[in-house]
Amino acid sequence: MKAKHLPLAATILIFVLSYALCAFQFPNILSTRVIGNLLTDNAFLGIAAVGMTFVILSGGIDLSIGSVIAFTGVFLAVMMENTAIHPLAAFVLVLIITTSFGALMGAIIHHLEMPAFIVTLAGMFLARGMAFVLSIDSIPIRHPFYATMKSFYLKLPGGGRLTLIGGIMLLVFALGILIAHRTRFGTNVYALGGGAQTARLMGVPTGTTTIMIYALSGLLAGLSGIVFSLYTSAGYSLATVGVELDAIAAVVIGGTLLSGGSGFVAGTLIGILIQGLIQTYITFDGSLSSWWTKILIGFLLFAFILLQKGILYLSRNNRALAT
Amino acid sequence: MQADRDTVLSANRIDKVFPGAKALSQVDFSLRRGEVHALLGENGAGKSTLVKCLTGAYHRDGGTILLDGAEIDPRDTLDAQRLGIGTVYQEVNLLPNLSVAENLFLGRQPRRFGLIDTGAVNRKARALLAEYELDIDVTAGLDSFSVAIQQVIAIARAVDVSGKVLILDEPTASLDAHEVAMLFRVVRRLKARGLGIIFITHFLEQVYEITDRVTILRNGQLVGTRDTASLERRELIAMMLGRELAAEVHDESGAAKVADGPVRFQFRGFGRKGRIDPFDLDVKAGEVIGIAGLLGSGRTETAEVMFGARRADSGTATIDGKAADLSSPRAAIRQKFGFCPEDRKTDGIIGDLSVRENIALALQARRGWARPIPRAEQDRLAAEYIKALDIRTTDAEKPIRLLSGGNQQKAILARWLATNPEFLILDEPTRGIDVGAHAEIIRLIETLCEKGMSLIVISSEIEELVVYSHRVIVLRDHQHVAELTGAEITTDSIVNTIAGPAKTPAERSAAAGEIA
Amino acid sequence: MSMLGLYGKRLLPQFIALAIILGLVSIAFPGFFSLQVQNGRLYGSLIDILNRGAPVALLAIGMTVVIATKGIDLSVGAVMAICGAVAASAITSGYSLPATLLLTVGVGVLCGLWNGILVAILDIQPIIATLVLMVAGRGIAQMVTNGAILTFNDEGLIFIGSGSLFGLPMPIVIWITAGILVALLVRRTALGMLIEAVGVNRRASTLAGVSTPVLLIAAYVLSGLCASVAGIIAAADIRGADANNAGLWLELDAILAVVIGGTSLLGGRFSIAASLLGAMIIQSINTGILLSGFPPEFNLIIKAAIIVFILVLQSPKLQGTLAFFSRSNAATKPAESKAK
Repeated sequence: MKAKHLPLAATILIFVLSYALCAFQFPNILSTRVIGNLLTDNAFLGIAAVGMTFVILSGGIDLSIGSVIAFTGVFLAVMMENTAIHPLAAFVLVLIITTSFGALMGAIIHHLEMPAFIVTLAGMFLARGMAFVLSIDSIPIRHPFYATMKSFYLKLPGGGRLTLIGGIMLLVFALGILIAHRTRFGTNVYALGGGAQTARLMGVPTGTTTIMIYALSGLLAGLSGIVFSLYTSAGYSLATVGVELDAIAAVVIGGTLLSGGSGFVAGTLIGILIQGLIQTYITFDGSLSSWWTKILIGFLLFAFILLQKGILYLSRNNRALAT
Repeated sequence: MQADRDTVLSANRIDKVFPGAKALSQVDFSLRRGEVHALLGENGAGKSTLVKCLTGAYHRDGGTILLDGAEIDPRDTLDAQRLGIGTVYQEVNLLPNLSVAENLFLGRQPRRFGLIDTGAVNRKARALLAEYELDIDVTAGLDSFSVAIQQVIAIARAVDVSGKVLILDEPTASLDAHEVAMLFRVVRRLKARGLGIIFITHFLEQVYEITDRVTILRNGQLVGTRDTASLERRELIAMMLGRELAAEVHDESGAAKVADGPVRFQFRGFGRKGRIDPFDLDVKAGEVIGIAGLLGSGRTETAEVMFGARRADSGTATIDGKAADLSSPRAAIRQKFGFCPEDRKTDGIIGDLSVRENIALALQARRGWARPIPRAEQDRLAAEYIKALDIRTTDAEKPIRLLSGGNQQKAILARWLATNPEFLILDEPTRGIDVGAHAEIIRLIETLCEKGMSLIVISSEIEELVVYSHRVIVLRDHQHVAELTGAEITTDSIVNTIAGPAKTPAERSAAAGEIA
Repeated sequence: MSMLGLYGKRLLPQFIALAIILGLVSIAFPGFFSLQVQNGRLYGSLIDILNRGAPVALLAIGMTVVIATKGIDLSVGAVMAICGAVAASAITSGYSLPATLLLTVGVGVLCGLWNGILVAILDIQPIIATLVLMVAGRGIAQMVTNGAILTFNDEGLIFIGSGSLFGLPMPIVIWITAGILVALLVRRTALGMLIEAVGVNRRASTLAGVSTPVLLIAAYVLSGLCASVAGIIAAADIRGADANNAGLWLELDAILAVVIGGTSLLGGRFSIAASLLGAMIIQSINTGILLSGFPPEFNLIIKAAIIVFILVLQSPKLQGTLAFFSRSNAATKPAESKAK
């Protein structure tokens, strides 16, 4: 096995083991119903986490996605309430807005040479602020099209349902994997994370790539917002606070190096599922308190950072011996 | 200059000026098709500046560059690559986190229906590497291969992208004998294909083994271009290390200098695996020990273990007969050691802090944070050393990064002198500084040793070592190979000792093996 | 005199920004600068800003030192929540006030120690190292409070949040005292200079004999300490520990306060006074928007706009461009005057 697959393998192993442990205690957890819910409940987080994976692979960070999701939800709700626009048209409109928003942040990061952390922090305030300006109330969405979309699902053997939004998440992951490994853009993202200076010397268009990465993250945050509005049938400007943290945690637990250059989109899916599994277990157990989710995720984060530090240390030592 | 029809690349009268220093002045250089041309010189001689001007990484301030007879003006290295000039550096300039095939075809992957045709990428990568007798798993990450293989991959990419001129910037610095042999097979093959190859190295053995001509630079000026076969080794070293300094500093003492103080510092079997072989050294009070050797011979490594910058893994050190702890810079400083490192920018100056703070830093660190040096005392210290060492600065509060190299060097010296050291290590104290400051630092070394301080001075300026050293230790291949005293300390004898006896190939590979 | 002048010059941009913001607010809200004394305590909008800004100001003190070492501490908000929870649960389970305070501050120090060890000994990037506690911290706080908002009615503890001393609300007294104490600590000892040296060039500092690991750990410990005091104030203010909302997103405000204060995220030169002014600028924006009758919805947008404006002005690239223009201006000016 190659060293770069080690964190991913560790993630999968942890997932399988913990799933087996859960199943041993609550055999019900194996049912397609629970699995279907796991996908549906985490759909919006998963979609946003795909964008975050690209950002982190390139060595950056995007703190704005939680706010962008909330903005998207409020924007859609306000549009549905006040205009006769068809939801699909509203979707296209909001995706254009969030994608341009991401591209703008990418442009500022590249051209003004400002840290992504600070730029996307300002973006986080701005998007949340725009959501507040649109409305501070939770607005229900009652458009019939929403009901139609929610009625789409794939029946799984055993009574479970793969809902539309769960399906969208899986599709986004599939596309994300394709983009990461089978396009020049994807390779350029990895190249940027491996070393921006070297990548530039090797002919990678660093500016365009940076802008595209944050645009993609904005696009997926927008899509995540659409999915979240389908999930909740409402738009609320105070929703999804701190989702960027969950997404970052999923990416790191999924085996991606937080300093960039190494990791897999597929790992992020496992990271999302691990987080979902912890929550499902706590619900099943009933006696455990919800805060264990955060503590466990924090612990997993720490374990993965240590694991990656260890791999780095070992590979460096190996190479020192080899030369 | 263009007399030669075979010339593929020629650079005429290249000038490059950095703020406060002239890095290249009126340098000529020409490269023929099918030739391996060594570019030699000590650090700071201008080798890399010249290469960077050729590849567009720097913009030259004067002169012309002709490629295949046509004038070119590369905007950046990418531009130079497109024109046909490819470069491979010592630190492999590829991406360790990508696969071999991805590195080879980054940005030019064959695609099918808009998606990368991974199969084709890997096939082409295998075919390309087959030309270099490299049969490896091209889907594996680059960082799973040794530096030597990474070098060959880098060469394969550079040649594939550019194809006229290949610049190899110290590609062998971290390779063992077998790997060097493999790399040289590749170089010979490319030479046979008619590529012009510029080869930068500090291993003279390799210069004689692989190159057709040598060009030697010193202090930003061209010393000369010769055919390698007809250039004697001694002469080559003399050309590199220079002979002009003697005129600058009057050498009154001749060979009669002997320090007669008691031995204070004793090192026994001191060393660190892979960096410097165990050595013994006794240093008397008031003695200046010069350390000579080519770059990479273990000069800096000797200084680093003595100061604890890298912990010695063998041997003991005693001071006045008592065992001394030199396991970290802090421990060494407690023993009244001081160390002016070779790389001023990364290891010496604290760029954003003022000259005053930079001077006070080591003394402050030794006193501990709770006992601050009063501001008045700091001002006095700064003023004293600015005057004594003639540090040219508008005032003591100027950030040190704004000073010229020589003045930064003097400020770092002042940092250590302020701690009143008894054992001071200077690594290339006169590199890259102007002639006036040069002479001042040499005078300072002499004054300090008269006051009873023990000094270790590492320098690539042999004349300089002759002037102030009581003894000279010569290093080769990470070993202390000779100690010259008294009348033995002459430029010629040092140059001869550095050059060493002509080695048999077996010895050479043994020595190279030790480096690894 | 020259020292004072130098100091003033360093703080000038922050003072001007603060003055402009306060000026704008006073146009929209005429009674802005008025102060009254009631029951031996000052009241007024300005006092309100100083009081509300206390947690961010306290966090900014520690954050300044951490950022000066080229680090960042994302965990301070979560540490506030933990410490608030610890204080509340200690006081409700019968500990005396001094013991409670000591315990709480001890927990803050422990959190800082954890971050410091990850950064200095395990050599993990600060942003990643402190992320761990940022994520886990709120869970730990909830565990301490058992998931509920833990209320208390110990007069002594409440006094810290809403009492007053010398006519000023306690939080103001505390943050100003802390600011002065830390500023004195770093500037009257050699700590400040050594921290700056480590932040600018860790390698060269180590070679000059500076004990870099100790300094790094100390910086994060100070940050944890400040967060614990801020946590006590936040809890005392609402007479209870809210593990979910105490200190939420305040780490971002604290980082912003430091950046607005002109300390570079790349480490090096720092000014605690400037960061405190930065914290007050942020609080003035918050309070000012409320007072001037703007809908509070615009709060974040205006904040984002001001931040972007300040940051763009500070961006190295733009400064280079500005310097270039001013140089070329200077070069063309003599020519113009000659032409005239």
